[in-house]
Amino acid sequence: MSRHLLDCRRLLCPMPVIRIQDRIAELEPGDELEAICTDPGVMQDIPAWCRINGHQVLETREEDDEYILLLRVGEGE
Amino acid sequence: MQRKAVALISGGLDSLLAVRIIQEQDIHVEGINFFTGFCVEGHTHAIRKKDQKKPKRNNALWAAEQLGIKLHIVDIVEEYKQVVFNPRYGYGANLNPCLDCKIFMVKKAKEWMEAHGFDFIITGEVVGQRPKSQRKDTMPIVQRDSGIGDRLLRPLCAKNLPPTLPEREGWVDREKLYDFSGRTRKPQMALAKQFGFEDYAQPAGGCCFLTDEQYSVKLQDLWKARGSRQYEMDDIMLLKVGRHIRSRPEYKLIISREEGEGKFLQGYRKLYPSLKTVSHPGPLCLIDGDFAEEQIEEAARIVARYSQGKNAPEVELEYRDTEGNTRLVTVTPLAPHELKKEWVV
Ligand code: SF4
Repeated sequence: MSRHLLDCRRLLCPMPVIRIQDRIAELEPGDELEAICTDPGVMQDIPAWCRINGHQVLETREEDDEYILLLRVGEGE
Repeated sequence: MQRKAVALISGGLDSLLAVRIIQEQDIHVEGINFFTGFCVEGHTHAIRKKDQKKPKRNNALWAAEQLGIKLHIVDIVEEYKQVVFNPRYGYGANLNPCLDCKIFMVKKAKEWMEAHGFDFIITGEVVGQRPKSQRKDTMPIVQRDSGIGDRLLRPLCAKNLPPTLPEREGWVDREKLYDFSGRTRKPQMALAKQFGFEDYAQPAGGCCFLTDEQYSVKLQDLWKARGSRQYEMDDIMLLKVGRHIRSRPEYKLIISREEGEGKFLQGYRKLYPSLKTVSHPGPLCLIDGDFAEEQIEEAARIVARYSQGKNAPEVELEYRDTEGNTRLVTVTPLAPHELKKEWVV
């Protein structure tokens, strides 16, 4: 298990989703990814994307106009 | 062996139905959604504060969740430029290159299909629904030019078209496909009811900003000013925001209309010089183009016109260059009659 960080600041949806999707494709099941975003839309879209694709949202928080999501990579196929 | 189909998902009702029809025939379906940069998308609408009350969602993700399918979102911003600059089959009513766009997306989906071992592609197209890209005579062009041939199935109108490979091979039962045609939406709505879909998206014009007249005018203005058909992601985002005023051919002012837009534009101050009123509440303005510092005052007068100090004898503004150096200027706001109509893009 390893932990990774992804900077999605200033990206507007769906770009943060695309970045996260492409990053997760390189990770292993069980790995964790923390994404820092500024578009509030991510609070809807990323959990939806995770539900569809079988990943887990461990934590979401809002700090100084930034939205931080901690995700755990799912098992995949 | 269970066959696999990849569906082009726009997030609208038609693709939702097309997938469900094929799922009912025991085909494994996954969705693909292309991000061109111009997609009409809930959140980009929500830059304006007043729009933020309604909950926003990404319709493609929402559709995939309703259908219980995986969704792959593909960034095609760079490659898509060629489609916008140079559409072989021309534009629709505005700058929408719909037929070329369809061909391009099906071609990309075909590459994905082959790379992932899928068998065919489905779309929610309906014969006669759109004036250019969904006509009986243009539909075969999509198949030919994209190279997909008869591995493209359009479940909503398949019965009006020659049988495709999945039908001929018996992977899907043609009898259980549909024969929709024309612009009416009634059959789709009835089918949605039958499948139990509610609250689906009904995009008015098309699936992207290029069908929007005002947006197209702004994009054309940008191309004209730059002397070439060029755009970057930042340009296409900024065309969605603020009022655009071209008081001189070399540059234009992008002036926020309210707080949400002001906040959004702030994120661009390292890329564009900006003006902000300081003596009175007012907008933030980015300056896009060839701008000389001697022109600060004339630009500042226009910006002041949109501040709460518009009737004051003097308004003070802060000019900031892209390095972050600032300078204060005091100007008389432009009088209403001095603001020329033709400046407003
Ligand atoms: S409306 Fe836009 S996204 Fe849809 S087919 Fe036309 S050009 Fe492509």
